[in-house]
Amino acid sequence: MTALLDVHDLQVHLPVDGKLKPILSSVSFSIAEGETLGLVGESGSGKSMTARAIARLLPPGGEAAGEIRFGGSDVLALGGSELRAYRARSLGMVFQDPRAHINPVRRLGDFITESLRDAGQPTEAANERAIHLLSEVGLTDGGRLLGQFPHEMSGGMLQRVMIAAALANEPKLLLADEPTTALDVSTQAEIMAILLELRREHRLAVLFITHDLELAAATCDRVCVMYAGTIVEIQDASALFGAPLHPYTSALLASRPDISVRQRAQAIPGRPLSLFEAPPGCSFAPRCRFAVEDCLADRPDLRPVGPGRVACIRAEELDGATRGSEGSADG
Amino acid sequence: MDETLVAGATILEVEGLSKTFHVGGTWRGRGRVGVEAVRNLSLRLPQGGSIGLVGESGSGKTTTARLLVGLERPDAGTIRIAGRERSLGKVSASERRRRGREIQMVFQDPYTSLDPRQSVAEGVDEVLRFHFSLDSRERRARIEELLEQVGLGEREARALPRGLSGGQRQRVAIARALAAAPSVLILDEAVSALDVSIQAQILNLLGDIREQTQVSFIVVSHDLAVVRQITEETLVMYKGDVVERGETGSLLEQPNHPYTRMLLDSIPRIGWEPERISAERRAADLG
Repeated sequence: MTALLDVHDLQVHLPVDGKLKPILSSVSFSIAEGETLGLVGESGSGKSMTARAIARLLPPGGEAAGEIRFGGSDVLALGGSELRAYRARSLGMVFQDPRAHINPVRRLGDFITESLRDAGQPTEAANERAIHLLSEVGLTDGGRLLGQFPHEMSGGMLQRVMIAAALANEPKLLLADEPTTALDVSTQAEIMAILLELRREHRLAVLFITHDLELAAATCDRVCVMYAGTIVEIQDASALFGAPLHPYTSALLASRPDISVRQRAQAIPGRPLSLFEAPPGCSFAPRCRFAVEDCLADRPDLRPVGPGRVACIRAEELDGATRGSEGSADG
Repeated sequence: MDETLVAGATILEVEGLSKTFHVGGTWRGRGRVGVEAVRNLSLRLPQGGSIGLVGESGSGKTTTARLLVGLERPDAGTIRIAGRERSLGKVSASERRRRGREIQMVFQDPYTSLDPRQSVAEGVDEVLRFHFSLDSRERRARIEELLEQVGLGEREARALPRGLSGGQRQRVAIARALAAAPSVLILDEAVSALDVSIQAQILNLLGDIREQTQVSFIVVSHDLAVVRQITEETLVMYKGDVVERGETGSLLEQPNHPYTRMLLDSIPRIGWEPERISAERRAADLG
């Protein structure tokens, strides 16, 4: 498979309390056409900033270095009209809270057709296309919905409208940042069903950002686990879930409360860090129960181990051991 | 931990609790519709026990919590705490204060429920002054004890909320709720907004506190795994009704109501089929 998106050695700095601080370091991955890649991590891991760097939508003062190639073009070098065309035609974006991203005083039709009218389509054709898009996300009463306002819709309906709008210009890549986190569980299942179907029908590539490991494992082809601004593990979703390579991935899986049995949770001590707070060496070392002195020396590179890639110097010797339940740490 | 029910005396008894909200219509009230948020809910919470209220948006679980704590007034039903019935009418300030020592509530987002200009120790001190007549030495000792109970040290005691992480702020909210020495603690999605690794810490903390203090919990949550870990009994709510109730473990293992089954099926896992779940949901017309 050829890569649609290729991110190589991405570094991002953002102003924090007036000083430029590192947020992402050596982030590298690629997404093929039609592939769903999960980015999983906790607060400060840098998963959302990775998506924003890809869309060239970093907060003011943010700086990105490294390489982002989309279908052969150099994204970080795009300017002016090329950048607008890239955002409008190559990317679709869906966020956690649709209410924060849809103008509350404009009708839904305006929102969905905005990018079509910008691209020069006459209003009538744009409206027709909008009705078709709404039917693709399971909203059959499109003609009436176009005249409605966001406050008349439930969160799940509004998220479908957001997906419909993201698909208006037939993008190749969908950036979905926690698209179901604010929704009820059964609504989450519906939205995921729509995303999975669209991916199949349009060969859409999806960068799926979530804090929920189970959701990523259930819906993605491959998953990147991020911690403190770096990728610590990449694997096929099913392998990652059954045989995690990095101690952080194992600890994250073990700390999730179990629905089938009541037992004391295996909490990870401490809290997740941002890259600029992390000590030298492995960022996870201070919270890792397998850390040895060598872990504190240099930041480990992502390297191939077994079926995946992992940034842990002890990955081979720990194979399997990290999944044991002995010696649970408690914060 | 074993799963047997704590054989304590009843601390909270609720019978026939109902609440209808009137929404929409013109400013004169024409065209208003009544939405029955909670219909005829009854429960019995033993001392040191824990009951989960689960359901989705609009199920009535949060309204139930707000009725119990006194933030909403019920249309019908009785709420009895430690044998004493809560009257539905207006209550005096001292009665309100006494009620605060019976039930306290912890919310989802501690950031919006803590005073940004108040240090952690001051925040706990405020609750102690409000509820008890202790001298400053006694209060200092109690603050130290409470913060130690939730795993916060001296540095955090002096910090402002913005200087703390999300997990630490939730610990502060728990310490403030415990400061009133309540018999019942209502946890309204209290661990939902936390990072997974922090959520486990807080769940363990809550388990320890219940064991040590015999405080009883009402756990309002959309997360069935969380409810499994910290409750003995669960009520499943749907559009204001309790559609299923039972011992938490057996309810989750052998659900009887289609809505409970649908909630369980909706939890993502390997081999999950969201398409099938949403098709079944539409067929069953569960909303």
